[in-house]
Amino acid sequence: MRFSGFKVVKEALTGHRGWKPLWRDPEPQGHYDIVIVGGGGHGLATAYHLAATFGQARIAVLEKGWLGGGNIGRNTTIIRSNYMLPDNEPFYEFSMKLWESMEQDLNFNAMVSQRGILNLCHTDAQRDAFRRRGNAMLLAGADAELLDQDGVRAMAPFLNFDNARFPIKGGLLQRRAGTARHDGVAWGYARAADQRGVDIIQNCEVTGFRIENGAVKGVETSRGFIGAGKVGVAVAGSSGRVMQMAGMRLPIESHVLQAFVSEGLKPVIPGVITFGAGHFYVSQSDKGGLVFGGDIDGYNSYAQRGNLPVVEDVAEGGMALMPMLGRARLLRMWGGVMDMSMDGSPIIDRTDIDGLFFNGGWCYGGFKATPASGYCFAHLLATGRPHETAAAYRLDRFARGHVIDEKGVGAQPNLH
Amino acid sequence: MLIPHPLLGPRDAQEFTYLGDAALMQRPDPQAGEAAFADYVFQRDNPAGVHRELWYHEYGDRSWLVVTRDTTTHEILGAKLARNVKMGLPE
Repeated sequence: MRFSGFKVVKEALTGHRGWKPLWRDPEPQGHYDIVIVGGGGHGLATAYHLAATFGQARIAVLEKGWLGGGNIGRNTTIIRSNYMLPDNEPFYEFSMKLWESMEQDLNFNAMVSQRGILNLCHTDAQRDAFRRRGNAMLLAGADAELLDQDGVRAMAPFLNFDNARFPIKGGLLQRRAGTARHDGVAWGYARAADQRGVDIIQNCEVTGFRIENGAVKGVETSRGFIGAGKVGVAVAGSSGRVMQMAGMRLPIESHVLQAFVSEGLKPVIPGVITFGAGHFYVSQSDKGGLVFGGDIDGYNSYAQRGNLPVVEDVAEGGMALMPMLGRARLLRMWGGVMDMSMDGSPIIDRTDIDGLFFNGGWCYGGFKATPASGYCFAHLLATGRPHETAAAYRLDRFARGHVIDEKGVGAQPNLH
Repeated sequence: MLIPHPLLGPRDAQEFTYLGDAALMQRPDPQAGEAAFADYVFQRDNPAGVHRELWYHEYGDRSWLVVTRDTTTHEILGAKLARNVKMGLPE
C-alpha cells in the first residue's frame, strides 16, 4: 500500500475500506541474521537502513511493549543540528539532512516542519560563545544565523526582553531546525522496514543474552529463544537494565526528564525557542498545544515520572521568558527516562562480546538523532566499521580520555 | 521527596544537591593504575531498584548523606551520615 493524494481521494470516495495495517504481526522465527533489541525510533530506523540502505536480510526488531511506547513517544519532537564539537556536529547535520528526505524515502507523512530553533543569549560572553558555535555549525555544512535584539524582537515580540536578570540580547537561529511528529516517525520507519521484510515483533521482552565463548548466540525472550548472528541493542532509557544482562556496566546513569503540554491555542510561537539560562524551552505543536520543558530532575531514576520541584522550576522559567504563558492552562505532563552519559554524548559501538553491538547514551537529545543513529548503527552492524560521522562515539573513549563534552562539566551526568 | 536526615529529621530534597552513586566514596588506591581510575570515574552500576547515593545538604548543615532510594519508585528507604558510613560507625 502506497500513500498518495490519489489514494486519499480514492479511499474517501469508497468509504475508507481499503486502508490496511501498516505492518505485519509475525511470529518470531528461530533464528535471524540480525536482531535489534528495542522497537523505538532508533531500533526501527536501524532495521530500515539495514534492509533499505545496506541490503541486509533476515532482520528482526524485538519490542517489549508496543511500537512508539517508549521515549520516541515521550520527547518534545525537536529536530536540530546546532552542536559545536567536531565529533558531534557532522553527525547531527547528517541527521538533519536525513530528516529533510525521510518522508519521501519512507512514503510517510512524519510532519517534519522546519520552523527554526532560536537559542536566546543574555550577555556579551554568551553571544561570543554562540558566534563560535554558529561558525562551527557553518563549517560542518549546517546553517546558522546570529540575531541581534531587534532580530529576535521581530520573530518573537512577546518575549520579556527587559528581564532584570536575563535581558534578551540576541540569539542563535537555525532556520532548518524544527519539529516532527514523534510517533509518526516510529510508524513510518516501522512500515518501511516491514515492507522490506523486517519482522517487527511486539510484546516480546528480551530477558537475557545467550553468550558462548565470548560471542553472542541469540537472545532469551518472553516468547522463547531467538538465535542471532548479530545483536544490536538500541534501548536508550533502559540501557542499564538490558546491558546488565550481558554482564556490562556502562558510562551511563538513568535520569528522568519531564515535559509539558498546554491546552490548544491559536498559532503564537513561530518555532522552537530555548531559554537555556532559565532552564526552559518551548514550541507549539500543529494541534496548538504549547510543548515545553526544562532540566532533568537530577537524580538517578527509572520511574517515568518526575517530582514537583522541577515543575515549579520550569513554570518559573516560562513565566520569566514569556509572561503570557501564565494565561495558558496545562493539559498534561509526563516523564521519560534518559541515558545520561558521562560526557553528554552518545555511544554507537561494538562491545567486548563478539556480535553484540550497543547504541545508547543519548541523554535528552535522542529524537533529533533518530535517522542518523539508525543509519550509523546499521552501517556498523552491516559493515563492521563505524560510519565516518559516528566514529568518535566509542565505548572506550572515556578510558582513553577522548570524551566529547559539549558543556565541559566532566563526568557528572546530571549537569549535562 | 523528603530525605530523613539523621540529625535534622525529614528535610525537603530541594535543600540538597545530588552527586551520584555512593560507590564514589571508595576511591581506588593512588597506585591502582589508569584502568582502575577510569572505571571509578566513568562506569556506574546504575541499578533499577535500590540505589545507595550521595546527597549534599547544601542549603542546610552541609553534611554529606548516603541515601538509600528505590530508583523505580523514588521511595527513600533511609539516610546516614556519609562520614559515619565511611568510618564504619553506626548511624
